[in-house]
Amino acid sequence: MLAVLRCVIRRDLLLAARRRSDVLTVLLFFVIVVSLFPLGAGPEPALLRTIAPGVIWVAALLASMLALNRLFAQDHADGTLEQMLLSATPLGLIVAAKVLAHWLVSGLPLVLMAPVLALQFDLPLPYFGVLVLSLALGTPVLSLIGAIGAALTLGVRGGGALLALLVLPLYVPVLIIGAGAVEAMASGLGAQAYLLLLAAFLVVAAAFAPWVAAVALRISVE
Amino acid sequence: MKGNINWFKYSSPQTFYPLAGTLAPWFGALAAVFGAAGLYIGFFVAPTDYQQGEAYRIIFIHVPAAWMSMFLYLVMAFWAGAGLMFNTRLSGMMASALAPTGALFTFIALWTGSLWGKPMWGTYWVWDARLTSELILLFLYFGFMALQAAIDDARRADRAGAVLALVGVVNVPVIYFSVQWWNTLHQGASVSLTKAPTMAATMFAGMIVMAFGFWFYSIAVTLLRVRCIVLERERNSEWVTEYARDFR
Repeated sequence: MLAVLRCVIRRDLLLAARRRSDVLTVLLFFVIVVSLFPLGAGPEPALLRTIAPGVIWVAALLASMLALNRLFAQDHADGTLEQMLLSATPLGLIVAAKVLAHWLVSGLPLVLMAPVLALQFDLPLPYFGVLVLSLALGTPVLSLIGAIGAALTLGVRGGGALLALLVLPLYVPVLIIGAGAVEAMASGLGAQAYLLLLAAFLVVAAAFAPWVAAVALRISVE
Repeated sequence: MKGNINWFKYSSPQTFYPLAGTLAPWFGALAAVFGAAGLYIGFFVAPTDYQQGEAYRIIFIHVPAAWMSMFLYLVMAFWAGAGLMFNTRLSGMMASALAPTGALFTFIALWTGSLWGKPMWGTYWVWDARLTSELILLFLYFGFMALQAAIDDARRADRAGAVLALVGVVNVPVIYFSVQWWNTLHQGASVSLTKAPTMAATMFAGMIVMAFGFWFYSIAVTLLRVRCIVLERERNSEWVTEYARDFR
């Protein structure tokens, strides 16, 4: 069983490595969206420091949502997905492996890029750790929840906008807690409770979301 | 029959269609009676609040609408889940018939809430836990309807919508307990199952009567809507063709 998972992860990473532009597009989208805020809201450092965690989190959320339709669409188009559905390995595990590979490609770069963007917002250095940690715990949850939405909208017309409508309301708790972590630290409360909540989200989502996405895939492909 | 009632008789769209047609006017009449009685109690019988004056009277719309918005989501998720589990056609139709009414009540709850918030809190909207989670509920209803509208195959639409509705159920307890979990601007619940209501008996009665009015309204409208959905989905079946012929 683990061999199958390793194989799926390796294959998806290899596919992503062969088509690097997809990965870079998402990362550039993230950078550009974040860079738009100082231009729109004004370059006042005090203001930027306040909005930094929220802006970076919202941009990360949009970027990871933008990457979602790649999760199953290519496999659906070339028939690989049907083979996965027929496979003897439980579909939930395959989905979990695909989500993990997807996060490594589209979520992890965002986490690594976040400190650079935080510098642009003049965020004080001690907060960087919490920001990165909150994103590292939060973006996998986004990928897991997003997998359900991506599976439901597979091959549906108007997929992109519809996916946003389905997934964004479900992203809201992660956004509130994730952006709240840095703000809580800034207000002197300490970010520990928020980070623990994010970790709890991650555990619950990792346990359930792949199976729900598997059900959704079977509905969409049948 | 041996005294057994065949509960599954009405699970077929063909038999349910006339039943829904018979029941809908009765529930509509009940809704009108309870709605009128509730408004009468609310406007003429209930005493003026010593803190909020007359402005509090919007509670008779606001609270029952908020209850219905959450309750209807649970009912919708129940039917959607039943449809997913037992693969019954009518369950999916019930779920899609309930969604617009649920969205309507969510909107009414938000709308009346903001009208109430202006005189009491001095603002139409705050990003308070309960307001935000109720807003998310509205988005969940919209997402459910949009997903069903985007899928042409009715069976797949039902099942995909069901998965989304069940995932969204997480939000309902969050709304309900938001005023206990977070100490935010929205006041705590005035009514609970475990302790006496913290309000005058007539106020409480008015709210309950209005809630029943809204409930009967939801049933009546859902039955009418499910009749339309049945006709639309079963349009190629024999009984609908015959029905349409008689109708003409």
